[in-house]
Amino acid sequence: MKVHYKINGEEKEFDIQPGELLLDVLRRNNYTEIKGNCYLGTCGACAVLINEVAKATCTTLAAQVNNAEIITIKGIGTISEPHLLQKAFVEKGAVQCGFCTPGTIISAYALLKNNPDPTEEDIKRSIDGNLCRCTGYVQQIEAIKFAIKLLKGGK
Amino acid sequence: MNGFEYIGKNIGKIDAMALATGQPLFTDDISFPNTLHIKILYSPHAHAIIEDIDTSEAEKIPRVKLILTYKNTPQVLHTTAGQGWPEPSPYDTCMFNKKVRYVGDRVAAVAAETEEIAYEALKHIKVNYKKLPAVFDPEEAMKEGAPVIHDEEGISGVYNPKRNIVSHIEVKAGDIEKGFEESDVVVEDTFEMQYAQHCPIEPHATITYLDEYGRLVIRTSTQVPFHVRRIVAQVLEIPVQNIRVIKPRIGGGFGVKQEIILEEISAFVTLKTHRPARLVYTREEEFVSSRTRHPMKVTVKIGAKKNGIFNAIKMYALSNNGAYGTHGLTVTSNTGSKTLPLYNKAPNIEFIADVAYTNLPVAGAYRGYGATQGYAALEQVVDEIAEKLGMGPAEIRKINHIKVGETSPIFKALGEGREGVTQYIQSEATDKLLELGTKEIGWYEKIRKPAKEATKVRGIGMALLMQGSGIPLIDMGAATIKLNEDGSFNVLYGGTDIGTGLDTVVAQIVSETLGVKPEQIIVYAADTDVTPFDKGAYASSGTFISGGAVYNAALKVREQILEVTKEIFGEFNTKDFILKDGFVISEKSGKKVSLSEIAYQTLYLKKQQQIMATSSFVSDSSPPPFAAHFIEIEVDKETGIITPIKYVAAVDCGVAINPELAKGQIIGSIVNGIGYALTEEYKFSQTGKLINSNFMEYRIPSSRDIPDIKTILVETYEPKGPYGAKSVAEININGPIPAIGNALYNALGIRIHKLPYTPEKVLEALKNKGA
Ligand code: FES
Ligand code: FES
Repeated sequence: MKVHYKINGEEKEFDIQPGELLLDVLRRNNYTEIKGNCYLGTCGACAVLINEVAKATCTTLAAQVNNAEIITIKGIGTISEPHLLQKAFVEKGAVQCGFCTPGTIISAYALLKNNPDPTEEDIKRSIDGNLCRCTGYVQQIEAIKFAIKLLKGGK
Repeated sequence: MNGFEYIGKNIGKIDAMALATGQPLFTDDISFPNTLHIKILYSPHAHAIIEDIDTSEAEKIPRVKLILTYKNTPQVLHTTAGQGWPEPSPYDTCMFNKKVRYVGDRVAAVAAETEEIAYEALKHIKVNYKKLPAVFDPEEAMKEGAPVIHDEEGISGVYNPKRNIVSHIEVKAGDIEKGFEESDVVVEDTFEMQYAQHCPIEPHATITYLDEYGRLVIRTSTQVPFHVRRIVAQVLEIPVQNIRVIKPRIGGGFGVKQEIILEEISAFVTLKTHRPARLVYTREEEFVSSRTRHPMKVTVKIGAKKNGIFNAIKMYALSNNGAYGTHGLTVTSNTGSKTLPLYNKAPNIEFIADVAYTNLPVAGAYRGYGATQGYAALEQVVDEIAEKLGMGPAEIRKINHIKVGETSPIFKALGEGREGVTQYIQSEATDKLLELGTKEIGWYEKIRKPAKEATKVRGIGMALLMQGSGIPLIDMGAATIKLNEDGSFNVLYGGTDIGTGLDTVVAQIVSETLGVKPEQIIVYAADTDVTPFDKGAYASSGTFISGGAVYNAALKVREQILEVTKEIFGEFNTKDFILKDGFVISEKSGKKVSLSEIAYQTLYLKKQQQIMATSSFVSDSSPPPFAAHFIEIEVDKETGIITPIKYVAAVDCGVAINPELAKGQIIGSIVNGIGYALTEEYKFSQTGKLINSNFMEYRIPSSRDIPDIKTILVETYEPKGPYGAKSVAEININGPIPAIGNALYNALGIRIHKLPYTPEKVLEALKNKGA
């Protein structure tokens, strides 16, 4: 069967098997910025925005979100035009191995969309589904706070 | 601050933006047309002989390309431990063995056109097992009459295979018994540390293919690319020259990717089929069939004089290596060698250890490398003896710890699989660590006995730690640096950044030495065809050994630049020249020439040469970093739940080349260590099957499980390290178990001897105490 998505602003159509997971469909079609391999919704590395909500693609059926608008980390900012969250993560030492980073930034992005002025607790809650084994989270939280400051600075 | 331009500065990690924007940097982010997908069949039995395997049904499935078993693969005994040659781990495994030794041991592999087909084919492989009795407890395993796990012909490097003893270690100094006799106070206690896993968020992944000339290329998530090349060559019996190993970005390792467990299978498939092959572990495979921390039971006995000075320390460690002996000898050696020298005042020392095989998953290298288990026990017993002596925990540590200019007989007696190296401490600021740490946690205000009536009780605890920096006279790294027309430099080195920021640290070292901005340093690492050798990422050696190699190469390049400049300036004393902002400047005459101009001159016009140099570094010592850790916890007496409130780590890693990255290493270690102390634990069925092999049931800390963490860097200068640096990546994982254990005692007067400190154990300890 065929599915249609709008991914990072581009219209796409893919052939899929019924029952295929969105993670597998997207990675197969070169959206390798989506990481993850737990397939249980427990690590958060496979998160993208589906119709503006951060979701695990490993527990989402590709067919179920036909016609959805999907935003991956590359839709948030690119290496030549990074988003302030990405800049803040780089500056505050929040990227170690970087394998969790796309998913974590997606979650933080979703938080800031809905709540530009989150508390520390809100920030921690927003990324508590994104496991990171490298950073111990402190610099990630600092980076998100720093990005909020930058965003408020009117950029 | 320190007179350096780029050292000690928080340069953003040079690969961070590419990672944060999702560039295809990891092993499995690229794919080749025509790739075969590999899946592995695992043993359902803890101990069995494979009487026969019938793959004929599976082979009939369309689009199955190749099935591997012990029957059609090379039977070369080797170790999967990616260590320097000759490896101090036993040669006790083959690519596929005729005997399976734990639930999850490899039986066969299928290469097929898709993963689904490979999975389907696995179901059609028929295996006849002859089940054997299994043994899961290391003490039982070493007893006469226990099932012998490694009875195969030809294994080597095992201390006593008939008794399932991988290694036995005995090191003594002074007279231990007399030492205890002459002590005024003696305390002994035992702690047992559990099976746990590294849980890198990227699992093991390998892609192999033949290049245009038919050579084998292995793109793999490894910490040890050069050891991968050597060991794959050994196992597949092909020349090293036919293999190229490429290390892309690695999604975390923590020791688990210091093993060669996927590469040889994928490589074999590619060599047989001439097609690209891909093997990526699932999370479950990562738990069951990669590697774990060595579970250990450690007993520490300390004797002290009335004045608090230790007179005798004895440590016994019983380590469980699981089914294969990888890293058994060295991890367990480190349990003693990285802990006992910290308290070098005791003239009488004894370290004895046994490493046993059992029919459980295979232990390997894990951040902390045995020191974690050693400190878990040692630092609690130090608190126990302090209490008996009526001294404070900080006070007893202050008068017993090793100091600058001092040594310990353990350094020489206990090496990594061979004798160690005598060394004298050249940098250390332990008193300062204790002072700043106690202040930050509010030690002296909080240490007074907590209110016992409340349901929620707070407590504080501390631990003192050391580690090493590389393995002396064994670990070697090398680097090449060359100058380009625009005054930029290529750095080609074998060091293996697995997320730690080593490539950035290296860029800063070159920047400082050659007077150019880090943006002008192009770092390319760990490609066995392109870069010089490096032992890889382990033993806290990145900054110290690989960084040392880069520093040496930069010094040589600097010499060459100065030599050329002499002629340009018409001045002959290079002592007058400095390198700054991309120029060579004569401080005497004020003359100035850019590195770019020098490059154009030497590449095209005069004194023609490529300005470049290669250099190596090996160290005759392993300078220890030191750390003092403090924690405040809250324990709920009704639920038994321990909540870490605040954590303070005061750390001496020499000069921190990049303090922000050092901070990341410290915090990452601490949180990993808190997970090990509180929740992380393998659970096995009666038959030895791991039953919690997922993140739902094996809980690693999330953002909401962390305390307020404060890091304090206390700078010392290590003369042996590049720009005064020592290691920082491993030491801090050793603190949480003893610090929390000591805080639990402070809060409630209980000690839990079996890790992790779960709510059930807290409640039980409270009950026993009340009784
Ligand atoms: S792969 Fe989707 S949450 Fe882990
Ligand atoms: S940075 Fe490595 S898992 Fe988060």
